[in-house]
Amino acid sequence: MTPEYYLLLSALLFSIGAVGVLVRRNAIVVFMCIELMLNSVNLSLITFARIDGSLDGQVMAFFVMVVAAAEVVVGLAIITSIFRARRSASIDDTNLLKY
Amino acid sequence: MTSLAQAGMVLAQQPAEDVVTTGEAVAFWILGPLAVAGALGTVFMRNAVHSALWLVVTMLTLGVFFLIQNAAFLGFTQIIVYTGAVMMLFLFVLMMAGKDSSDALVEVLRGQRLAAAVFGVGFAGLLSLALARSLTDVTAAPPLDPTTPEGGGAGGLGRLIFSDYLFPFELTAVLLIIAGLAGIVLAQRDRRDEGAKRSQREQVEARFRDGSERPTGRPGPGVFATGNSVATPALLPDGSVAEESLSELIESTPTARRVSPPGQLRTLELGEHTEHSEPDDSGDHDAGGDSEGGKA
Repeated sequence: MTPEYYLLLSALLFSIGAVGVLVRRNAIVVFMCIELMLNSVNLSLITFARIDGSLDGQVMAFFVMVVAAAEVVVGLAIITSIFRARRSASIDDTNLLKY
Repeated sequence: MTSLAQAGMVLAQQPAEDVVTTGEAVAFWILGPLAVAGALGTVFMRNAVHSALWLVVTMLTLGVFFLIQNAAFLGFTQIIVYTGAVMMLFLFVLMMAGKDSSDALVEVLRGQRLAAAVFGVGFAGLLSLALARSLTDVTAAPPLDPTTPEGGGAGGLGRLIFSDYLFPFELTAVLLIIAGLAGIVLAQRDRRDEGAKRSQREQVEARFRDGSERPTGRPGPGVFATGNSVATPALLPDGSVAEESLSELIESTPTARRVSPPGQLRTLELGEHTEHSEPDDSGDHDAGGDSEGGKA
């Protein structure tokens, strides 16, 4: 076994998360799938840092975590405000800008 | 230091297969399928709360992977920040906004799920092929010594963050402040909304104007010699139970209570009264002020 397996696992998790974003209709679950994709990218960054033998990848993963935390706050606030206005968390219901 | 450098040289001469120890391989083959199962559960669980819990499984296993790969600080950060803070935030929002969290089964775009599945399989295949082809001859570097500060602990990371990556780090401070402000502003309830809290005057006017039969407050629970709990109903002057004094939240005391109004003995079956309470009785109490208050 080589560290490459971590990268393959990361690719698999990223693909599952992408499929979840495409398939699910609940905005909160879509958001969770995005978190899953961010996390799998973190795994690949840390594995690259390990293969490279340096810490730069870990610093990037750290920044990804910070940005993800900020993104969660804003995204969940948007979801709650949309839910308050429309009484629904389904992404099919917010279509005012569609046409 | 010289002994460390020598150890590093010795490690560097080892073949690449020895970079991964047996223990790490065992941990990977146990936790890897668990992570994939968690991801699949996140995507395919119909209940959003179950999805969140499966995502917690995946994030915990990823945290252990970080720990295994000499990223101790990031591993603990992952567990604390993601499974501790972010997922709990998700669960709170689910409790608040996603009560009808089960997905609609209607496919809005025809064949979208099939297309998404094909896309997912193809994307995973492409990524895996690219990784496998590009990394075949790459030998991994010798593992960093986890006992030194430079080996993935907080020390080496902090040194890098505060030297090479200082400017991005300052930018994250700005980003976090803006995100906190944005969260407050976006999640704040607008006071001009219909659901905003009404003033006392508006409350009184609404109470008299909408023709409800009781402009005063509701009767409190009864106080008898045998009990004064909230579950005890108040009695009207003729000895019958005042329906409005029964709480919708608490089951009234189910025991038949024998009350003696002047002249006769009556048995009150309290359970019946709670069952027969009218649905339009269930309006909110006077201190409500929620958006439902206008409709009741």
